[in-house]
Amino acid sequence: MSNLNELYQEILLEHNNKPRNFRKLEDANRQADGYNPLCGDRITLYLKVEEDVITDVAFQGVGCAISRASASMLTQSVKGQTLDKAEEIFDGFHTMITEPEAEVDYDALGDLEMLSGVSAFPTRIKCAILAWHTLHAALAGQGDAVTTE
Amino acid sequence: MSTASGSFDVARIREDFPILKQRINDKPLVYLDNAATGQKPQAVIDALVNYYTCENSNVHRGVHTLSQRATDAYEGARSKVRQFLNAADDREIIFVRGTTEAINLVAQTYGRENIGPGDEIIISAMEHHSNIVPWQILGQETGAILKVVPINDDGELLLDEYEKLLSPRTKLVSIVHQSNALGTINPVEQIVELAHRRGVPVLLDGAQSVAHVPVDVSRVDCDFYVFSGHKLYGPTGIGVLYGKAELLEAMPPYQGGGEMIRSVTFEKTLYNTIPNKFEAGTQNIAGSVGLGAAIDYVANLGMDNIAAYEQELLTYGTRRLAEIGPLRLIGTARHKGSVLSFVMENAHPHDVGTILDAEGIAVRTGHHCAQPLMDRFEVSATVRASLAFYNTKEEIDALVHGIDRVIEIFSR
Ligand SMILES: Cc1ncc(COP(=O)(O)O)c(C=O)c1O
Repeated sequence: MSNLNELYQEILLEHNNKPRNFRKLEDANRQADGYNPLCGDRITLYLKVEEDVITDVAFQGVGCAISRASASMLTQSVKGQTLDKAEEIFDGFHTMITEPEAEVDYDALGDLEMLSGVSAFPTRIKCAILAWHTLHAALAGQGDAVTTE
Repeated sequence: MSTASGSFDVARIREDFPILKQRINDKPLVYLDNAATGQKPQAVIDALVNYYTCENSNVHRGVHTLSQRATDAYEGARSKVRQFLNAADDREIIFVRGTTEAINLVAQTYGRENIGPGDEIIISAMEHHSNIVPWQILGQETGAILKVVPINDDGELLLDEYEKLLSPRTKLVSIVHQSNALGTINPVEQIVELAHRRGVPVLLDGAQSVAHVPVDVSRVDCDFYVFSGHKLYGPTGIGVLYGKAELLEAMPPYQGGGEMIRSVTFEKTLYNTIPNKFEAGTQNIAGSVGLGAAIDYVANLGMDNIAAYEQELLTYGTRRLAEIGPLRLIGTARHKGSVLSFVMENAHPHDVGTILDAEGIAVRTGHHCAQPLMDRFEVSATVRASLAFYNTKEEIDALVHGIDRVIEIFSR
């Protein structure tokens, strides 16, 4: 039961109810779709990248609380960051939810730390990571939708 | 558990299913994912163990005693299936891996032989992907076209629309008997009658109905009926294609190999007669034996009794879920099996599933391999509680309690 409370923390639910940067970015220069065929979660991630910096980011889509909150937190955490820094944040996030025993620099993660409870729910890791795979695809300029499978 | 209901002693029946005694996340397991697969009674588990302990051998091939025992067990299972479906002849029962393989078999043999460019295949809006994709593949290969019978908001097939779709170009109707995602039980006798009036054969996807509805292929008069053993409380990897003998005899083989031949030279091969023509290679003998045991088990309980008890659970479950404000049932057909598919106002099905799992309750969340159906109801996924004869009203109460927990968490 405590695992559940740790998963559905208030901040996560709040991001789910009021996702940040939840809109279409009209002047995006990178964009990708992410899809989890197992549960039907879908997101579209929009990025504006200038020089090496993500100057703006937004998303749209449907999904569970975890995928929505994760996408919402992603937009907050990578906005204004260099591409290298965004990659670093992703690595830290990935380690946090897949290797619960590993050392993680939580300061760099900000609100994303609230998703650490996902590590106790292996079936939900894909939900938390969908937005991040989509970010990779958008930065790599892959036109096709990425999937979690 | 005080669940004796008429002659149906559920507490006693539950004793037959060892897996149900488990605890999950410190709670008694409440298994409500029966539409995905059924649990196995001890009799099925014992039949598998006994087969491998005392009878294992290859069939139809040896003169030795074990080979004869294995053959008897395998052919005995075929007879049990024939009797259970009330088919006319054992030769009309083909063992396959499951529903999916059976539909692909029909598409690739009957379909390729009889369906050409511009010909039409009728399916419905509530089909499982396994009754959509094989026909799309056939369509790509032959130029045949899929026609889809629409449904109403309750998830009922629109029969008059179906009738309108039937045309001289229709070469096959392939429709689900009981929907896995909604529970709707389709009026298969009418569906078959309307098709037969125009000389069109009908395949019924019995993956769900076989476990919940008494099935009589002779009375329904369908041309093909397919199901998977694992949803009928039997093992995985075994299933059945029933086909009318004259159709099966005229169909080309599906796969080539041993067992399906009568004689082989490098110049010419003579195919075996049905059913062996469609059973190339060493089959899932143990699986068929397990399926036979599962059929004995449910036949002993009585499919009518099972259906009546499950209807009682469905009525109770529908009433309890209807009392929950922020919950909407998807699939409210007048005639339906024991499936409760629903969405919630604030909580996504995936989150509902995780919270229920923490309460020991197993439900399915997602699109249930029926994405076009989800699109029809404008949802991306549902939560599906699917009930079997070993479920109880207390378990439905546990589900309702679990949903209360979801509401509590998501209204924080
Ligand atoms: C209605 C229906 N058709 C077909 C299938 C496919 O069955 P299987 O995966 O056993 O081949 C299922 C099961 O998921 C089903 O519910």
